[in-house]
Amino acid sequence: MKEILLEVRDLHAGIENKEILKGINLIVREGEVHAIMGPNGSGKSTLSEVLAGNPAFTVSSGSATLNGKQLLDMTPEDRSHEGLFLSFQYPVEIPGVSMVNFMRAAVNAKRKYFNEPPLAASDFLKMMRQKRAIVELDNKLASRSVNEGFSGGEKKRNEIFQMAVLEPKLSILDETDSGLDIDALRIVAGGVNKLKTEKNATIVITHYQRLLDYIKPDFVHVLYKGRIVKTGGPELALELEERGYDWIKEEIDNESK
Amino acid sequence: MNSLKQYIELYLENRATVDENSAAPLNKLRAEALEVLERAQLPDSSCEDFEHTSINDMFAPDYGVNISRVNIPVDVASSFKCGVPNMSTLLGITVNDSFRSTSTLQGKLTDGALFMSLRAAAREKAELVERYYGSVAPLSNASVALNTLLAQDGALIYVPRGVQLSKPLQLVNIFSSPAPLAAFRRLLIVLEDDAAAQLLVCDHTQDSATDYLSSQVVEVVAGRNSSLEIIDIEESSSRTSRYSQMFVRQHDGSNVRINGTTLYGGITRNDYHIDVSGAHCSTTLNGMAICSASQHTDNHTRINHLSQHCHSTQMFKYVLDDDSKGVFSGSILVAPGASFTEAYQSNRNILASTDARMHTKPQLEIYNDDVKCSHGATTGQLDAEALFYMRTRGITEHEARTMLMQAFMTDVIDSVHIDGLSDRLRHLVELRFKGGPDALCGDCAASCRGESVVKQ
Repeated sequence: MKEILLEVRDLHAGIENKEILKGINLIVREGEVHAIMGPNGSGKSTLSEVLAGNPAFTVSSGSATLNGKQLLDMTPEDRSHEGLFLSFQYPVEIPGVSMVNFMRAAVNAKRKYFNEPPLAASDFLKMMRQKRAIVELDNKLASRSVNEGFSGGEKKRNEIFQMAVLEPKLSILDETDSGLDIDALRIVAGGVNKLKTEKNATIVITHYQRLLDYIKPDFVHVLYKGRIVKTGGPELALELEERGYDWIKEEIDNESK
Repeated sequence: MNSLKQYIELYLENRATVDENSAAPLNKLRAEALEVLERAQLPDSSCEDFEHTSINDMFAPDYGVNISRVNIPVDVASSFKCGVPNMSTLLGITVNDSFRSTSTLQGKLTDGALFMSLRAAAREKAELVERYYGSVAPLSNASVALNTLLAQDGALIYVPRGVQLSKPLQLVNIFSSPAPLAAFRRLLIVLEDDAAAQLLVCDHTQDSATDYLSSQVVEVVAGRNSSLEIIDIEESSSRTSRYSQMFVRQHDGSNVRINGTTLYGGITRNDYHIDVSGAHCSTTLNGMAICSASQHTDNHTRINHLSQHCHSTQMFKYVLDDDSKGVFSGSILVAPGASFTEAYQSNRNILASTDARMHTKPQLEIYNDDVKCSHGATTGQLDAEALFYMRTRGITEHEARTMLMQAFMTDVIDSVHIDGLSDRLRHLVELRFKGGPDALCGDCAASCRGESVVKQ
């Protein structure tokens, strides 16, 4: 049996006293790709933000472990060092911080965490070059401020580029397909596939089945009203594409009556 | 309590010594200054423009004044941490208020350009100093009058018509005294028509355990089509109070760029008073303040647009941490007849702690049509989303905050046009944000080391 990377148990969380996640259970093992789908407002993005440690959200109960370590007690930076990566739905623009400085700070922070010396400048630049190639990210973007003035496609490619650099064990891709044209989608998905190994895992959060044509999931989960209400194989995504979410909503809402 | 009293008494008791140790063009204005001061008071918090910084209080303590000009030794290398690699300057040093030349400066200026002791200039170039000294800073202003009453030295920068200095000038102000000391410094900068100069000024203190008070009046005359850039960086100790008043007069077509940066200090008040008298002038007045502990920085600006087709921009940024306090009051006046004026002002501030305070007051007075003007101020916190984004990439919260604060200052830093200096300033700002008093001394590659101060 493959090792468990992420184990979420009965996770309840919310923002400003409003509970959004109402008991999430999820197990992700090495080498797996999980898709989390669901209607608007079901809590998909909240789940990714809570796992990444956004201080705006409060966890009221439940647990999450990454590689057996308690995730919810860690700072966002330590979660990153321990191998969690979140690709943002809306990557943040940071005027005045260049991509190069940003990535150097990220890479060296991780090395420091593992008691390694900072990467030499030439090695760092070499690594940047290699990783950029994975998502065909233009070198010109490296000297620009983080995400500032990037097109929608460039922002998402930049996310996957960062993922390539940080080599996470578990990546959560939050709506990575939103705002992408078909060519950019192919490049981004291609990047994700190139980074896939036997040892890491990916959670793909998406509205549409379209992305799953490129990133093949092993499991598809449907999130509704803060809970995973249905889990299946890739065929579930196809069914959702065809029938929408209403039939699931009805099923669940009838159950709770 | 009127804190002027002690200074007036000091002057009256030592009148002869003051005059004796100075020179005629400076002495000439003292009588008039005294007359003003006998009926005046230094501004305090009851005055609108000084609501948060009382000059009266600042000058109240009993400081010594080095009237008889006792030579105070200074260890230049240990107090001057502002080495600017990749930048070659002509360096002058003021110890308290007395100007000392250095070997990089001696004999290097040609074409009649001067960068020298104001006191010496007042003797050697009496006519020149007499023509300009006191011509821009109004004696009716009590603080100017006080400075005029007691100022004995400082620096003169004079660039004759058509002369463009190829190297930047650098003036390092160092406080050095075993006992609390007040220095009354005067800086006179005259650029004749078509002249060009760049000047870097930085303030340092040799002993961080002694109280210092700096009273500084800077007068700038920018002749027709002249071009002047002044960068003023304060890196004083927390026991230093500084009141600097800069008065600028711009003639037709002149281009003046000023950057006032406060990195370290105690109580700082900077006034920038710019009369754009000529037409087709351009004025850039930028500044930043990085404050921590109980530091207090107050910048006050006034740009008077008195003529047509002029352009001015002001941008001041503050990052305030701990219990520090920032004040910005800026005003633009567009006089009747100053048509086609473009004047912009912005003040943006970040409060990095819950106890830091910012008071800002942007003002516009327009007595004319056909102008484009704007002003605005914002005060907020670091962007929480950006902070989280950086942390998810493994960057620690402390480092992410430092990077964001540094990024916030980028446009002010980039607006410095002296070669090599914007990089140096970026570095100094980075060190400042990384914190700790060591940042001040930790990275000293002082270009002044091995510099010999030329005795006068």
